[in-house]
Amino acid sequence: MPECAVNDEQAKILDEGIEKGGAKLDNKQIEETIKSVLDNETGERLKIYVDTCVHCGLCSDACHHFLSMGRDPKYSPAGKVKRTLGEIFKKKGKVSPEFIKSASIIASTECNLCRRCSMYCPFGIDVAYMMKVVRRICHKLGVTALYIQDTAHSHSVTMNQMWVKEDEWVDTLQWQEEDAQAELPKLRIPIEKEGAEIMYSVIAPEPKFLAQLIYQAAIIMNTAKIDWTMPATPGWDNSDMAMYTGDFEIMGRLKRSHFDTAARLKVKKIVMGECGHAFRSVYDVGNRWLGWKMPPVPIIHAIEFYYDLLKAGKIKIPEKFKKSVTLHDPCNVIRGRGLADKARYVVNELCDNFIEMHPNREHNYCCNAGGGVINCGPPFKNKRMVSNKVKADQLIATGAEVLLSPCHNCHSGLEDILHHYKINMEIKFISDIIYEVMEKSA
Amino acid sequence: MHDLYNFVRGPLAWTAFFIFIAGSLYRIIKMFIMVKKKESFIFTFWSWKYSLRSIMHWLIPFGTVNMRKHPFMTIVTFTFHICLIIVPLFLFSHNLLWDESWNISCWSIPDPVADIMTIILVLCTIFFLVRRLKEPEVRFLSTASDYFLLAIVALPFLTGFIAYHQWSSYQFWLILHIVTGEIMLMAIPFTRLSHMLFAPFTRGYTGSEFGGVCHSRDW
Repeated sequence: MPECAVNDEQAKILDEGIEKGGAKLDNKQIEETIKSVLDNETGERLKIYVDTCVHCGLCSDACHHFLSMGRDPKYSPAGKVKRTLGEIFKKKGKVSPEFIKSASIIASTECNLCRRCSMYCPFGIDVAYMMKVVRRICHKLGVTALYIQDTAHSHSVTMNQMWVKEDEWVDTLQWQEEDAQAELPKLRIPIEKEGAEIMYSVIAPEPKFLAQLIYQAAIIMNTAKIDWTMPATPGWDNSDMAMYTGDFEIMGRLKRSHFDTAARLKVKKIVMGECGHAFRSVYDVGNRWLGWKMPPVPIIHAIEFYYDLLKAGKIKIPEKFKKSVTLHDPCNVIRGRGLADKARYVVNELCDNFIEMHPNREHNYCCNAGGGVINCGPPFKNKRMVSNKVKADQLIATGAEVLLSPCHNCHSGLEDILHHYKINMEIKFISDIIYEVMEKSA
Repeated sequence: MHDLYNFVRGPLAWTAFFIFIAGSLYRIIKMFIMVKKKESFIFTFWSWKYSLRSIMHWLIPFGTVNMRKHPFMTIVTFTFHICLIIVPLFLFSHNLLWDESWNISCWSIPDPVADIMTIILVLCTIFFLVRRLKEPEVRFLSTASDYFLLAIVALPFLTGFIAYHQWSSYQFWLILHIVTGEIMLMAIPFTRLSHMLFAPFTRGYTGSEFGGVCHSRDW
């Protein structure tokens, strides 16, 4: 096999971040960086994964890239390991700048770190972890796709994903509060309320271009009479693209600021909006980087929060949603937190006609947007569409009118899929439905 | 020929058993030491309950979604591994050797059954070989060592079968059988055959993460 397995689709894609980063590399720097990551940041686990894989190929059927690209073996989980870490081990780190560019593209745009393959490998080998090691090496070499790197820069400078300034953030909350007061005059979005029970945190795209989601959350919180608050300071954003670029130092700063903010406000728990990767970062990855086995402040994803509200009768649904709906199970809260049953309870409480897609629950196909793939931006969009045909087929087979996606990344990725494959289906967050069918009061 | 027989039956056998046992212990102890040193969080997240839950699902034929997706492969894999363990441990002539050397007597399977299981095992390795050559996703991953390992596993059974039936020079095939068996034993700790040692740990850790942290299934 040639060292640099650049394929046709990749050859056409020129990403400025990867090209310019790659142009600065020399072989010695590559070798030293790889050695430093492998020696100092990985251990026996990685070696054992590499030694234990018997090259059986049984992981292939787990991967939506493999299934969508005509079962091209390059895209199987083990195939991607072979093309990246496999070569690195074989050549003992003596790989070329071209190889690093190609490895960056493979690890960041051909794998969504969805961990479905861990459920298909007889040995439970964690390929997502191995791809993260590759991303870490590429990050340390400065070879990361331009768009996601820009997001990481924003995290670093502003502690949020979208360059939202502090005054813009508070202004957006007040703007949404005023707007919502037209509907519920007594509604409040309590900012900086110390000792509130819940801190509600969102990802930066919400204030940036999805402000109606904050509006809807305010209506739900006020109707359910929740003692809640939103912070005015950095730390309000729970998102984390640094986790996906391999910039774990920034990830640690982000999570610390998020937990510190919750601690400063003395809240009992954090409730987060419908976002999957942010949940993974706060619940599973970022906390570990900071040395916490589990998050230092209890963290609840929106699905679980809605479940609690509906179960306790805190929001009432006079008439359910009529159109037929199907549900996309996001990897980070279903495979990552086991919320499949609660999600189904919520959807059935809200909707008359729920159609399961297949496969579903832990076995659902990935949206192909998560894992930072959509954040690698426009250069990779067409590839992202082509390499998730299996998702389009899965959606079409449901025949549902509305697609529910309780995750921001999935939502954006699936919206692209619907357009690309001309699927006549509306896509919504669960909160869109709750807002539409609930009895509102304040 | 007789000296050679004594050598493979004596010093070489001792060496093979020593390398197999010491090598396996070395790899497992090294794993524990290194995990303790560099990735001690694995102990933090390890859960016996969820490890065993995961391992049990993957030990039961058709207990996982992927096994049901590949029914023929599942049947072949389970049959192969069962034969691989049962035949060498419970073959009557092997038991005689245990008895002769260490006075250990053990239950054994009837020779005709062992014969059939041996043939099945060799057929299974042929299936694995064909699969490796024909299935694009397996072929892409295959390296020379993968083919070599298939041979290492199949040869002791093939040569043992030929020796037992005494079709030609019994002693020649017997020596070849012993040598290939010894090669297989020595290869276990240091090749991909080490999945025999590590599978419970890799599966168990993934089971622990999926069950304990993610509250979901990994099968």
